[in-house]
Amino acid sequence: MNLAFHGTADDKPRLPGSLHVNRMLSQWLEFSAEGFVTARPGKVELGQGILTALSQIVAEELDVALARVRLLPATTGTSPNEAVTSGSLSVQESGMALRHASADARGIFLSVISQRSGVSPEDIRVEDGAFIGPAGPLGSYWELAGQGLLEAEASPDARPKAPGARRLAGTSQPRLDLPAKLFGQGRFIHDLRLPGMLHARMIRPPAPGATLIDLAPTDARLVRDGGFLAVLAATEAEAERAAGRLRPRWSPGTGLPENTEAWLRAAPGEDSVVEARGETAPATITREFHRPYFTHASVGLCCAVALWEGATVQVWSHTQGPYNLRADLAKALKLPPENIVVRHAEGAGCYGHNGADDVALDAALCARAVPGTPVRALWTRAEELAYGPQSPAMLVRVEATTDEAGLITHWASHVRSNGHSGRPGRGAVATLLAAPWIEGGQPMPASINPPVAGGGGAQRNAIPGYDFPNLYVGLTRITDMPIRTSALRGLGALIHVWAIESVMDELAERAGMDPVEYRLRHLSDPRARVVLEKAADMAGWPGEGMGVAVARYKNLGAWCAVVARVEAEERVRCRHLWIAADMGEVINPDGAVNQLEGGALHGVSVALHERTRHDGTRIISDSWAEYPVLRFADVPAVTTALIQRPDERPLGAGEASMAPAIAAIAGGIFSALGTRPRRLPFTPENL
Amino acid sequence: MSFSLNGAEVSLPGGTSLLLALREYGLNGPKLGCGEEACGACHVLVDGVSLPSCALPVEAVAGKSVTTLEGLGSAEHPHPLQTAFLEEQAGQCAYCLSGIMISAAALLARGPRPSEAAVREALQPHLCRCHSHNRILRAVMRAIA
Ligand code: FES
Ligand code: FES
Repeated sequence: MNLAFHGTADDKPRLPGSLHVNRMLSQWLEFSAEGFVTARPGKVELGQGILTALSQIVAEELDVALARVRLLPATTGTSPNEAVTSGSLSVQESGMALRHASADARGIFLSVISQRSGVSPEDIRVEDGAFIGPAGPLGSYWELAGQGLLEAEASPDARPKAPGARRLAGTSQPRLDLPAKLFGQGRFIHDLRLPGMLHARMIRPPAPGATLIDLAPTDARLVRDGGFLAVLAATEAEAERAAGRLRPRWSPGTGLPENTEAWLRAAPGEDSVVEARGETAPATITREFHRPYFTHASVGLCCAVALWEGATVQVWSHTQGPYNLRADLAKALKLPPENIVVRHAEGAGCYGHNGADDVALDAALCARAVPGTPVRALWTRAEELAYGPQSPAMLVRVEATTDEAGLITHWASHVRSNGHSGRPGRGAVATLLAAPWIEGGQPMPASINPPVAGGGGAQRNAIPGYDFPNLYVGLTRITDMPIRTSALRGLGALIHVWAIESVMDELAERAGMDPVEYRLRHLSDPRARVVLEKAADMAGWPGEGMGVAVARYKNLGAWCAVVARVEAEERVRCRHLWIAADMGEVINPDGAVNQLEGGALHGVSVALHERTRHDGTRIISDSWAEYPVLRFADVPAVTTALIQRPDERPLGAGEASMAPAIAAIAGGIFSALGTRPRRLPFTPENL
Repeated sequence: MSFSLNGAEVSLPGGTSLLLALREYGLNGPKLGCGEEACGACHVLVDGVSLPSCALPVEAVAGKSVTTLEGLGSAEHPHPLQTAFLEEQAGQCAYCLSGIMISAAALLARGPRPSEAAVREALQPHLCRCHSHNRILRAVMRAIA
């Protein structure tokens, strides 16, 4: 989890979410005399609707109308440091911090107004920010706005509302940011136009490891730092043309593996044991699963704007972690972090660690050449698909042993993969794309895996949620990194849930049992059972072409089961998905459903379409033609049910459904074709 | 290059794609997503036909009528599609929606009550990587109902 990676306040009483490490109320909330309250979450809008959910939480606990809440985009120096907006953790970390801080703030104002008026707190109610006693209004947040009442550490004793008393949190409020985007009001970073701004385009080495040999003279406004090359121009069109005219000569690259699967088997790595209990036994079946590299492929292009003034630089970025980005910009630019301000600005949909941070360094390097002038750097489609971080190729082997009844007694698995996190701000060396190329730059560090307690990376969801008496899960983190890898929605879960559920299906068949029934025989987790039974029930399980899967995301997040119905003719099409999910308390049910459906369809795209292709030198899938994804014609119907549990901790929605969707499609393929897929994507050549 | 843009006559410098010319002019609706006519983010109406503007030279629209998202409607006077997209909360990041609403508007203008299959076909040039497709389909169907 994110917070595992930064500061602790372990000597202090535990406070919820990110409040624990950002303890001042004034870091989070500020009332204005004009009648609104500003909240400053450190989490950022990625298209997932988090700003709306957080506003609901604040309005709820303060007892003010939703329209009075204004959220400021995260900015280093002024917003609390909430590390990275990732892992479906924003409601847990930011939401729970804001809930507690708001409840505390309400309590502080209540006690001040009570003391001032002599009316006891029990006799005062709060209505849209006004504190009202038996004889009428006694004051308001707005009236006391300038009094510094929030210059205090949050108290562990604050008590947010009981679940039954909530009126806004738990309701489907419309997205606060959507109208501006539907009317073209310029809310995207791409729409940011600063006076005098120049446009930059970068010129990349054609292959990993290629270095710049020489560059023919040019009339373009060139920015060069070591092997980093870019051009500046007054308009985007001129910048594109100038970039196209440059004729750099590059050395051949260091080469990529010709065959990813063979490379995965043989590459050197670090071995570790993820989980071991009980004994091992001879396997009844052994199965292997392979997935290729794939990538984020957002519709938008990565973009950043930077402006230098003296020895300081401001950077507008759609990063997931403004403070983490700042830390790596500081390393790459050799500046103290205080000289850098990172301001979040909304980008296109973000599904993990994409090039947002990379382009921020590009913009900063370009703008350094023209102090006082803002520079907007924008990637091309080819950079998006071939130069941004990729989700690593992986290989999983599963061995399972059954008893006479066909039930599983022993389970062993081993995964080989590069690390799933190369995020900035966590190591001694900057992990931004351009960092190794600039003068004095250090080689890109091999990506790592967060620990299991933080959700894991390559090993995410490698531990089955079933009650297997004997279990062994091993991991080899491959330490050569020919292609830069990092976190993409679901991380390792995408292969593990599929591998686990595929073997469950196969063993169910051997045992002569229905796949749902077989799973239930191994599943004591009550919340997992509920979602599995619900999804099966909604789908009218069993049926022709149907497959099923269930998992608890990261083994500590939301529970989700998916039934898929597929049809297989010349290729496989997914026709319907039924999703049942339990994510504890849900702040905005419509937003949660939107996220669950988006994640599941993203799974359909990965299952049936996506693959980063490379030859022995470079990534060649650098256009939409070469990197096909799910389009309207192939989008299945989706039916979703939320198992709402207002008394339980909220868990994220964005990633829970993706891996089960992939696994359910694999099961559906077996039902339709009698073939069990072993390689993603499930295209005719792989089946 | 002179043409009608969202109902007003404009003259924009040539030698570039229509998309970059429109963005340089200050419009936010049409978006750059690929520049290779493969994602749909940049679609605009040219004489009522939804076209990618990223590879279309400005010269190609001389004397024609171009409509962008901004020309469909405004917060004060929303197009029925914009209203329907808000009602269905159709989208996540919304980067794709300008192009999608443009293609949907062209379809709606062609005739009454297109089938869901016709809507899917009209939207086939458009990617939505947040995968809000089903909501988008519902919103378009709502707007034409
Ligand atoms: S930007 Fe024109 S189709 Fe992608
Ligand atoms: S809503 Fe993000 S790409 Fe469609």
